[in-house]
Amino acid sequence: MGAELLRMSASELGAAIRTGETTSAAATEAYLDRIVEVDGEVHAFLHVDREAALEQARAVDARLAEGAEPGPLAGVPVAHKDVFTTKDMPTTAASKILEGWRPPYDATVTTRLREAGLVILGKTNMDEFAMGSSTENSAYGTTRNPWDLSRIPGGSSGGSSAAVAAYEAPLATGTDTGGSIRQPAAVCGLVGAKPTYGGSSRYGLIAFASSLDTPGPFARNVLDAAMLHEAFSGHDPRDSTSVDAPVPPVVEAARRADIEGLRVGVVKELDGEGYQPGVLRRFHETVELLEGLGAKVAEVSCPSFGAALAAYYLIAPSECSSNLARFDAMRYGLRVGDDGTRSAEEVMALTRAEGFGPEVKRRIILGTYALSSGYYDAYYGSAQQVRTLVKRDFDAAFGSVDVLVSPTTPTTAFPIGERADDPMAMYLADLCTIPSNLAGNAALSVPCGLAPEDGLPVGLQIMAPALADDRTYRVGAAVEAALARQNGSDLLSGSAFAV
Amino acid sequence: MSAITRDEVAHLARLSRLALHEDELDQLAAQLDVIISAVAKVQEVAQGDIPPSSHALPLTNVYRPDEARPGLDPDQALAGAPAVEDERFRVPRILGEEA
Repeated sequence: MGAELLRMSASELGAAIRTGETTSAAATEAYLDRIVEVDGEVHAFLHVDREAALEQARAVDARLAEGAEPGPLAGVPVAHKDVFTTKDMPTTAASKILEGWRPPYDATVTTRLREAGLVILGKTNMDEFAMGSSTENSAYGTTRNPWDLSRIPGGSSGGSSAAVAAYEAPLATGTDTGGSIRQPAAVCGLVGAKPTYGGSSRYGLIAFASSLDTPGPFARNVLDAAMLHEAFSGHDPRDSTSVDAPVPPVVEAARRADIEGLRVGVVKELDGEGYQPGVLRRFHETVELLEGLGAKVAEVSCPSFGAALAAYYLIAPSECSSNLARFDAMRYGLRVGDDGTRSAEEVMALTRAEGFGPEVKRRIILGTYALSSGYYDAYYGSAQQVRTLVKRDFDAAFGSVDVLVSPTTPTTAFPIGERADDPMAMYLADLCTIPSNLAGNAALSVPCGLAPEDGLPVGLQIMAPALADDRTYRVGAAVEAALARQNGSDLLSGSAFAV
Repeated sequence: MSAITRDEVAHLARLSRLALHEDELDQLAAQLDVIISAVAKVQEVAQGDIPPSSHALPLTNVYRPDEARPGLDPDQALAGAPAVEDERFRVPRILGEEA
């Protein structure tokens, strides 16, 4: 029974719990057992509280027995990225500076998971403060990719992607600032979505780069991702950048999965040199598949995308250098060197030097540099102009096509350690995902096969205009269904951690 | 010519309230040199009078109703504090001896 529960999709599991075929407590126990079985190898979780999770599950079972209708995912377990505040669990953002911290309030995403009856299994590992593409920047050890334990699970939401890929959770939350949901989803063979900026609330999300940070879902299939997206998204008065508009009809789009007549643009600049051959092969095959399904495919040029990565690595560190000033050793978190002889400023500097890891320090210094008097116009100012150009490229493209597509990442999962000492090489993992963060539009990654040379998952990125998130799900679901028909099985069944 | 010197990194570390070790300064100077040279690419593209974008959304002045709402009580607010005294955050001295 345990493996059967793990194999069910989140939507199937939700239905089985509602009809009384199984219970949330049984499903939660099956996933907790699975975590005990495999997380020693995968290290997806930073915190799991078995009793608390089972208590949540029993409470949902009781609510359902009384006739409550919390929603289609009621009783389904979820893994929660450790960047969202949770008042009943520690929240660290994988940093030593917040070790053991218990927030006094829940993030809006956390609150909505609870209201929808989802059971939070625990908090997942990540790159410290969501800065990275591999989870190697976590202060609590690296997460491993279930497809190959010697490789990275992506990042920064790598604990979430690994948890879902290893069947330790049917669903997980993530945050995407430059690709931190789509890239880990792609390299772990999952579906991951970055909603339209402002479509999901940042309240209670530990801030990295506030103009870019976007919470989003991970799942093993497109419909499950859409259901989780719908469960925690929508307007939040506590977040002043939250969009006051209805959540796009993502679940309906995932069920529809029809792309007849849809205009698809292939981004010329996100193709060719620098990409792994097997990634390009699967990408081009999938574009042909879309054509076969009735889509009208055309090549589209977005000339400013070539400078998007550079603009991002000025804008994101600039915002981070400001946001992370709040970690000052005074009101919460770590305090080092307060022996009565040192000033507040000295204690602050010692605490931050000890509490932050190398990548966080690197980005704080870089951001401080880019915002310095004398350099501001040349770096931060120019980067903001590039941001305008990227938005214009998207606007022009969406004048002639409904969605844009590209590979999600230039390569499949790389070996742990390969890029750890080369920050620029690490940053290249976000090459294809960054433009949508700068422009704030919707984007989703869906598995499109395994690269022939290494047998590792490849992701197709689908980008749509702001508030047209449903289009990304529609195309994603069409690709998923066509590949399942073609291959006779889903991609994850080929993983070493398949159940 | 390098884009950034070790002394500049030390200055930036002081501004950022980061008490970095000597070896960290050396390592960061070398890495930041590579990164800054790469991201300087934005200057080639961003020419002329292109307006800057600080944000993805055209939102300005979002207000909420000016109504009292429940907040944290003192125990909750102080629960994560490194040091507490008389229902207040206890902090190291912020003024010099001569003050």
